Amino acid sequence: MRWAMVIDLGACTGCGACVVTCRQENNVPVADEETFYHGRNLDWIQLEDQAEGEYENLRVRQYPLMCQQCDKPPCVKVCPVRATYRDEEGIVGQIYRRCIGCRYCTNACPYSVKTFNWKKPGWAEGTERRQSPDVSLRPAGVVEKCTFCHHRRQKAKEAVRAEGRELGAGDYEPACVEVCPAGAMTFGDLDDPSSPLAQLVQDRHGERLMDDLGTEPKVIYLRPPGGRS
Amino acid sequence: MSTARAGAAPVGEPLAPMTVHERAIFAPITTTGTGFKALALGLALVSAWALFAWIWQLTHGLGVTGLLRPTYWGIYITNFVFFIGVSHAGTLISAILRLSKAEWRRSVTRMAEVITVLVIAFGAGNVIVDLGRSDRALYVFRHANFKSPLLWDICSISIYLTASTIYLVLPMLPDLVRLEQKVGGWRGSVYRALLRATGYRDTPKQRHRLERAIGVMMVLVLPIAISVHTVVSWVFAMTIQPMWHSTIFGPYFVAGAIFSGIAAILTFMVVLRRAYHLEAYLRPVHFDNLGKLLLVMTLFWLYFTFAEHLTTYYGGEPHELRVLFDKVTGRFALQFWVMVVTCFVIPFAILCRAKGRRSELGILLASLSVNFGMYLERYTIVVPSLTNARILMTDARYTPTWVEWSILAGCVSTFLLLYLGFTKLFPIISVWEVEEGIEHGPRETTDRLATYYPPMAGSGEAP
Repeated sequence: MRWAMVIDLGACTGCGACVVTCRQENNVPVADEETFYHGRNLDWIQLEDQAEGEYENLRVRQYPLMCQQCDKPPCVKVCPVRATYRDEEGIVGQIYRRCIGCRYCTNACPYSVKTFNWKKPGWAEGTERRQSPDVSLRPAGVVEKCTFCHHRRQKAKEAVRAEGRELGAGDYEPACVEVCPAGAMTFGDLDDPSSPLAQLVQDRHGERLMDDLGTEPKVIYLRPPGGRS
Repeated sequence: MSTARAGAAPVGEPLAPMTVHERAIFAPITTTGTGFKALALGLALVSAWALFAWIWQLTHGLGVTGLLRPTYWGIYITNFVFFIGVSHAGTLISAILRLSKAEWRRSVTRMAEVITVLVIAFGAGNVIVDLGRSDRALYVFRHANFKSPLLWDICSISIYLTASTIYLVLPMLPDLVRLEQKVGGWRGSVYRALLRATGYRDTPKQRHRLERAIGVMMVLVLPIAISVHTVVSWVFAMTIQPMWHSTIFGPYFVAGAIFSGIAAILTFMVVLRRAYHLEAYLRPVHFDNLGKLLLVMTLFWLYFTFAEHLTTYYGGEPHELRVLFDKVTGRFALQFWVMVVTCFVIPFAILCRAKGRRSELGILLASLSVNFGMYLERYTIVVPSLTNARILMTDARYTPTWVEWSILAGCVSTFLLLYLGFTKLFPIISVWEVEEGIEHGPRETTDRLATYYPPMAGSGEAP
């Protein structure tokens, strides 16, 4: 079992539902204007701009960017206290109670997708009552990032154990995948060549960000048909 | 078995008379002027302010710094690299000079070794200040991940601190015996306690062993010193970030460390010479010789810097180029070019002439300029690579805040304060080594010279 996500950039409308849902799901505080301006927002998933084409025939496309869940994560190697790790199903996790906040992992990550709690998280009035009980709140001074909603996987595991079977590819998906109104995100098992996810990667020539760096990400992007590469 | 010379003076007995050199070199220990007190007070105030800044940061979180995503490291990590670099000179230079039997080293080694031991803590300390959770710093032992270059750092820095402390203390033992006999008061009991702890009484047998131990240590500290700054550079070079991921970083950092270290020694030599009236021991030849070494390192620095940047430019990899041009013509151009001027142009212009090397002012200007430039070098290595992350476009810029500048100032002031404290307790020049040099140096040197050339006819020496 190797969890992976495919994002179809042809289907993605850039609506930002994944970003909003992720905040709700994972107790990520909404950044105020000043925090955002200082580059200190904590978003686990965000929409990045990408320019396509030349001047006069230029278009900007947005693509969702989150932890790429590398099979060879540069962040895991450098952590001095093993507070970030890759588990047996390929998800890169973060132990908030152990992280010393040295930010070596954030600097080693070529995708810059790990964020740091510069101060105690501030909750806009009323929102603190909407925190999810499934995801721990992070204290000031530690690093956090997308975990493919591994609390959902935990719940799914408990559910299938009650049914007396193993966890399968269809048993859980992260909140962003569930909510995507365009159906641009597919979640599943990369190790199973017959899965819809693996089929998509093969048929549509899925691309990984900065493939040449050898990090082997498990977030795979599909170019829009006819889109320039 | 203790001889009369080595016997410890019991309390209450009159102090033994001092030799000429002891009188001159021990003088700063026992007499303290008002200038010293004023300086110490000023430094203590700066340190207290920095302590306040640190407490401010601990209570409010790292948000009080100017750091942001993706520039996650700034002044503190620059401090770390810089101070570890400065710490290089002392032990390394002293070991090289001892090893090559440079006779003029004798009045320089002690004041150099002290820099190493005292400044290294500020290097390591800045990493702890940089932690989001300084309270969890000891987790690096409980959950140690030896795949992380930070763990390699912890190992090599602690070995280096231990080795250079031993290397400072060993050659100080014979001086402690003299101090214990000749300087009374509360200091006498400090020396007595230290000597009792080591069991050293300066018997001929102990002296012989001591000299052998110093001989072992001076060889040992060389690879350790080289390893320390190499590993510091690997914190950056082991990642795949543009302009960090460079094989030249190990030697580049070591050369830079020796460079800034020699400059630090020279600054201290100029100041101590004036303040403690050591003109008779720190002669123009000392400045001339170390000045030449600094000149060589200036050229080394230029060579490394040129090689590093040309390789990046010629290779033309887009992400690397973005960092390069941000340094050379972009947002970091001011820091970059001031670095080139202060690390090369100024020191080279002063030091390439004998007149410049032999003038106090020349040496002071060159050495201060080098250390200012080397700080900028560390800054322009740490920050631009992070600011130009591969993917994340942001207009937000890293600007250090008052907290970060205060802590930098506090590190410098506390280091100087500790150094001042050292000079009030221990001789800043090794008396026994100076006297030994005056007494035995000429004969040893003559004997050594005799082995360089064909034996003289009738000298009876074996071929």
